[in-house]
Amino acid sequence: MLAVTGPNGAGKSSLLRLVAGLIHPAQGRVVIAGGDPELSIGEQAHYVGHQDAIKPSLTVTENLAFWSRWLGDGNKVAAALAGVGLGALAHLPALHLSAGQRRRLSLARLLAAQRPIWLLDEPGSVLDAAGGAMLAAIMRVHLAAGGLILAAIHGPLELEATRELRLGGTP
Amino acid sequence: MGALTPLAALLVRDMQLAVRLGGGAFIGVLFFLMVVTLVPFALGPDLALLARIGSAILWLGALLASLLGLDRLLASDYEDGSLDLILMASTPLELAVAAKALAHWLTTSLPLVVAAPLLGVLLNLDGRASGAVALTLLAGTPALTYIGLIGAALTVALRRGGLLLAVLVLPLNIPVLIFGVAASNAAIVGPLPFGTPFGILCALSLMSVVIGPFAAAIALRQGLD
Repeated sequence: MLAVTGPNGAGKSSLLRLVAGLIHPAQGRVVIAGGDPELSIGEQAHYVGHQDAIKPSLTVTENLAFWSRWLGDGNKVAAALAGVGLGALAHLPALHLSAGQRRRLSLARLLAAQRPIWLLDEPGSVLDAAGGAMLAAIMRVHLAAGGLILAAIHGPLELEATRELRLGGTP
Repeated sequence: MGALTPLAALLVRDMQLAVRLGGGAFIGVLFFLMVVTLVPFALGPDLALLARIGSAILWLGALLASLLGLDRLLASDYEDGSLDLILMASTPLELAVAAKALAHWLTTSLPLVVAAPLLGVLLNLDGRASGAVALTLLAGTPALTYIGLIGAALTVALRRGGLLLAVLVLPLNIPVLIFGVAASNAAIVGPLPFGTPFGILCALSLMSVVIGPFAAAIALRQGLD
C-alpha cells in the first residue's frame, strides 16, 4: 500500500486521477507491472474520489446494484452493503443518507466488484470511528489478498502503510 | 441488475432516474401541451389557418420539448462523480453515451410521439394529419436527441449549460425540422410524395445515432482532461 500525503493543493487528488486515467500527463506515462496487459489501469482499478457517485432518487440497493453491475458482475450487493454497515438501510432512498452513510455507500463499491487496484482519495474523511475501523479492516483484507492500494490521506490511518509518498507544497 | 449487461444496466438506471420524482420524464410532454394549447389562443379562431400550420406547430413544440433535460443528461453524472466511473469502465464511452441518449429519447421524446395525435385535435388536424405528424416525429426525434447529445457533451462542465446547448444544437436541428414538417405536409396535402422527405428524415436520424455518440465521446474526453 502507498499512502500519499501532503498539504492541501499539493496534488494528491490529481495524482490519483492521473493513475486512474482520468487526467492525461503532460509528460511521462503511468505503467503497471503485472495484471492484465489487455486492460488499462482504470479498467483494473476502483476509484473512490471526493464525490460519491450516488443518485439521490434511487435507493441504497439500486445505487450499489448499478455500480456492481457496471464495474463487476453484479452479484455481491447485499454482502457489500453488510460489509460497510448499511445492511439495514438497503431500501432507503439515498437522499436520506447522512454524509458518513453516503461515504460508506461509495466505499461499498470496493466490496461489490472485485478489482485488484484501489485508488482512494481521503476515504476516511467523513467517517466516524467505527467507520474508520471498518475501512481499515476492508483495506487489510484487500492487501492480504494481494491487492494494491494507493490512498491519499491527511491524518494517520489505522493501518501499517507500507510506504509513504509525501507531496510537498513548496520545495 | 445481475442479469443485465453493463450497458443495459445503464439504460435501465437512466430510465429509472428519469421517471422518478424530479427526473424530468414528463416535462417534455407538459411543455408540448402548453405550447400547443396556447397557439390557438394566440392565433385566434381561424380554423383553416390552424389546420394549415398545425403540423409545423406540433413539430416546433416537439423539437423544443425534446431539448428539455438534455443539459442534465451528462452534467448530472459529471457533478456527482459518476462520469469518472463511466469513463474508467471497459464498456466503450461511445456506447455508454448512446445508451444514455436512448434512455432520454425513450422517456422524453417517445411520450411526445404518443401525445402528438391527441394534441392534433387542439389544432384542428384530422386523424390522418395527426398520424402523419406522429410518424414523422417518431422518425425524426432520434436525430434531435442524438444531435443534442453532442451539445450536452460540449457543455458538460457548465452548471447551467442549457442555453449554450440550445444555441449549439438548434442550427443542426433545423434540417430535421424542415424535413419533418415537409413530410407531414406531404402526407396531408401533397404534391410531394411522402417518401422523399420521410426518407431523408430517417437518414438524418440514422446518421445522428451513429455520429452523435462518437462526437460526444470525443468532446467528453477533451473536456474532462
